[in-house]
Amino acid sequence: MIEMIDGYPKYMRESIKKVEETRQDRVDKLPKPMSMSERKKILNKFHPDFDPKGKRKVRTGPNKGDIVPNEVADLLEAYPSIAPKDIDLSNIDYDVDVLVIGGGMAGTVAALWALKEGIKKDKILITTKLRHGDSNSIKAQGGIQCADREEDSPAMHYLDVIGGGHFANKPELARALVTDAPKILDWHEDLGVMYDRDNGKYLELSGGGTSRFRLHSAKDYTGLEIMRVLRDESINQGIEVIEFASAIELLLDDGGKVAGALLYNMETEEYSIARAKSTILATGGFGRLHIQSYPTTNHYGATADGLVMAYRAGANFVDMDTVQYHPTGAAYPEQIVGQLITEKVRGLGGQPVNKDGKQFVFPLEPRDVEAAAIIRECTERNKGVKSPTGMVGIWLDTPIIEIIHGKGAVKENLHAIYRMYERFDIDVTKDPILVFPTLHYQNGGVEIDVNAATSVAGLFAAGEVEGGVHGKNRLMGNSLLDCNVFGLRAGISAAKHAKKTKLGKLTLQHVEKYTKNLEKNKIKPKMRSPMLLPEYREEDVLARRLRLST
Amino acid sequence: MAETEKITIYAMGKAYKVPAGLTIMSALEYAGYQYIRGCGCRSGYCGGCATIYRREGDYKLYTDLACQTPAEDGMYLVQLPFVPANKSIYDLDKIEPMETTLVEHYPEIVKCVSCNTCTKACPQDLDVMYFIQAAKIGDFKEVAELSFDCIQCGLCAVRCPADIAHYHVAQLARRIYGKFINEKVEQLTKRLNEIEKGVYDKELNKLMKMNKAMLEKAYKKRKIEGTK
Ligand SMILES: Cc1cc2nc3c(=O)[nH]c(=O)nc-3n(C[C@H](O)[C@H](O)[C@H](O)COP(=O)(O)OP(=O)(O)OC[C@H]3O[C@@H](n4cnc5c(N)ncnc54)[C@H](O)[C@@H]3O)c2cc1C
Repeated sequence: MIEMIDGYPKYMRESIKKVEETRQDRVDKLPKPMSMSERKKILNKFHPDFDPKGKRKVRTGPNKGDIVPNEVADLLEAYPSIAPKDIDLSNIDYDVDVLVIGGGMAGTVAALWALKEGIKKDKILITTKLRHGDSNSIKAQGGIQCADREEDSPAMHYLDVIGGGHFANKPELARALVTDAPKILDWHEDLGVMYDRDNGKYLELSGGGTSRFRLHSAKDYTGLEIMRVLRDESINQGIEVIEFASAIELLLDDGGKVAGALLYNMETEEYSIARAKSTILATGGFGRLHIQSYPTTNHYGATADGLVMAYRAGANFVDMDTVQYHPTGAAYPEQIVGQLITEKVRGLGGQPVNKDGKQFVFPLEPRDVEAAAIIRECTERNKGVKSPTGMVGIWLDTPIIEIIHGKGAVKENLHAIYRMYERFDIDVTKDPILVFPTLHYQNGGVEIDVNAATSVAGLFAAGEVEGGVHGKNRLMGNSLLDCNVFGLRAGISAAKHAKKTKLGKLTLQHVEKYTKNLEKNKIKPKMRSPMLLPEYREEDVLARRLRLST
Repeated sequence: MAETEKITIYAMGKAYKVPAGLTIMSALEYAGYQYIRGCGCRSGYCGGCATIYRREGDYKLYTDLACQTPAEDGMYLVQLPFVPANKSIYDLDKIEPMETTLVEHYPEIVKCVSCNTCTKACPQDLDVMYFIQAAKIGDFKEVAELSFDCIQCGLCAVRCPADIAHYHVAQLARRIYGKFINEKVEQLTKRLNEIEKGVYDKELNKLMKMNKAMLEKAYKKRKIEGTK
């Protein structure tokens, strides 16, 4: 047994001591942010996303020839998990105007705005894989960006978004994001969301890559607070939600429009048909693909199903070549490896330091740059600290926050983090925490226009599943904003589209066609998609699993 | 750490040997269960993996989250992925916050016997009983603040002898507080008006027309607030 002192093995305490020794001197001394050329150099050398071996050209579909992560290519090149001939499309189980796929934040926002736009409540349906709200949204800790201070402006916000995205964003989407932000916050206030206040104003913090303090939070439960209010509101409004019902393919009509989805009851394994004049894809991201074997911050259902379905229906992607790793995932204790340590820790003054207690990077670089610097410290420079299970990480100095903002600041602003470590006997107000980058966000996705419409008629997309808003790299706090801005736009657009749409006969022919294309491109059937759930059972158990025939 | 050290857990009474050092959730997965229900965010924010357990040799029942709690040798576990508690349906716009509002929506809160079982059941260590006391007298601020970290797992409601749905009561209180009582922030209204009037259009149009080189230049020139 290793000797433990307040949650840490004794040997790690030696390094913690060095962090303590340098703490006071570091309080108002920060390393300089990197220049553009320094950024480029470090990214190329150390960031997993800049490793060409992690990606390849996808061999079929609308983005054929484009580079995507291997794990995404695998899913796009996988064969459908159903045979269209087994599905009876003549029995419609749900017949609605607007079908929302995914009960996270983007989906719930979209449903509420479709209702506001005049669609009757019994003509809106949300279908979701787990429970309503079990999503990446509910886990968002840090906050949501909105340029509302005198010292700030939508233009400054725009420039931050574009620069953070390596200038690849679709300008009109970035503009919509920043100019709609105050409207979103105002709506949330009206619904009763409790954003943090400071003397009659909003408490606003800075986030990585942002030039102004504009991060609005609800303690470090921002996503939870917004999500539970939206969920409560959607229940009050009487919008139907079917839980544990994953969409597994989109349906088209014989005119080529998207016309709903094939749903799969996760518990009884039966399928049902949801016909809809407009369909909104809000299935979120792909963290559970564990790109390059990284641990992830994402929820259990983040398996890129939406990408697969949309692609088979003919929708194209943008910016699917980059993946966001969050610089600070937990690296110790083993039980919580990969879980997010919000950027707000650094926003409040928390500093990354190495095993000698020395600073090595400006704490609020854009995420990719910050992550690369941490990886360099742990690899090339060998200045990381090794956990008992072999994870190497650097310290995130949390106690310094209480020197900067006064006693109690950690519990006041970072209660979730405090609580998470307390369960493992670590007091983050007294001791730093060990961190390493973790797989966090799907930067790109299904291409949309400013009305959240995809390239296929009848299909809209909002939230993490779509791309173009954040270019090659999203900044903190812009994703919750994205879910709301484009959720709202998707809801309104879907409602308008539904009002003028007549559907033809339902078909799954696109799925057959997709399969034929796989064969034509000589892609062998290796796996099936969508994935729906990741596999965490022990190999020994799976190896002996029997499927009894009846 | 001896890597092969194994412990025994009892999933709904049935024994499985799993490695030490896992959470309850990953221990069950190791044993061969694939979650459909009872697993959501996997990091303590969604309340989807509420768990009741007992330790061998102990008569007490404990509650916690499967994804955040270390599995221990001799744990008897069952998960509770859904709680059928009643939620009041309301139109927030029509509510006039009064001392009695919460009691009107959730009359059962007056039956609270102050046994504190809810507080003990809370995996977030919230003062659940206190916020129910505050709810009875319509102290929205107190309820909102004490209940803020509630993940709505429902364990309080399951254990309550008075059948109170604490987490729904708190949700209503927080929304009332957020909408009606929290101070309004003027700068937001001001910015909304400016955007509506198109005050920023010119600057945004200019930025949107810039090529990459120009944007890069402008980006580099930004002054970062909080740095020297
Ligand atoms: C730990 C963490 C912290 C974060 N912190 C912040 C932050 O501070 N600020 C910020 O702006 N952003 C943050 N983000 C990012 C942000 O939370 C997400 O990008 C955003 O909430 C995604 O919202 P969404 O509605 O698009 O997807 P989600 O919220 O993930 O919702 C998608 C829903 O669709 C369901 N679904 C998936 N597949 C199917 C299917 N086949 N059929 C039916 N339903 C399906 C999922 O189960 C889920 O309920 C964070 C993300 C994580 C993981």
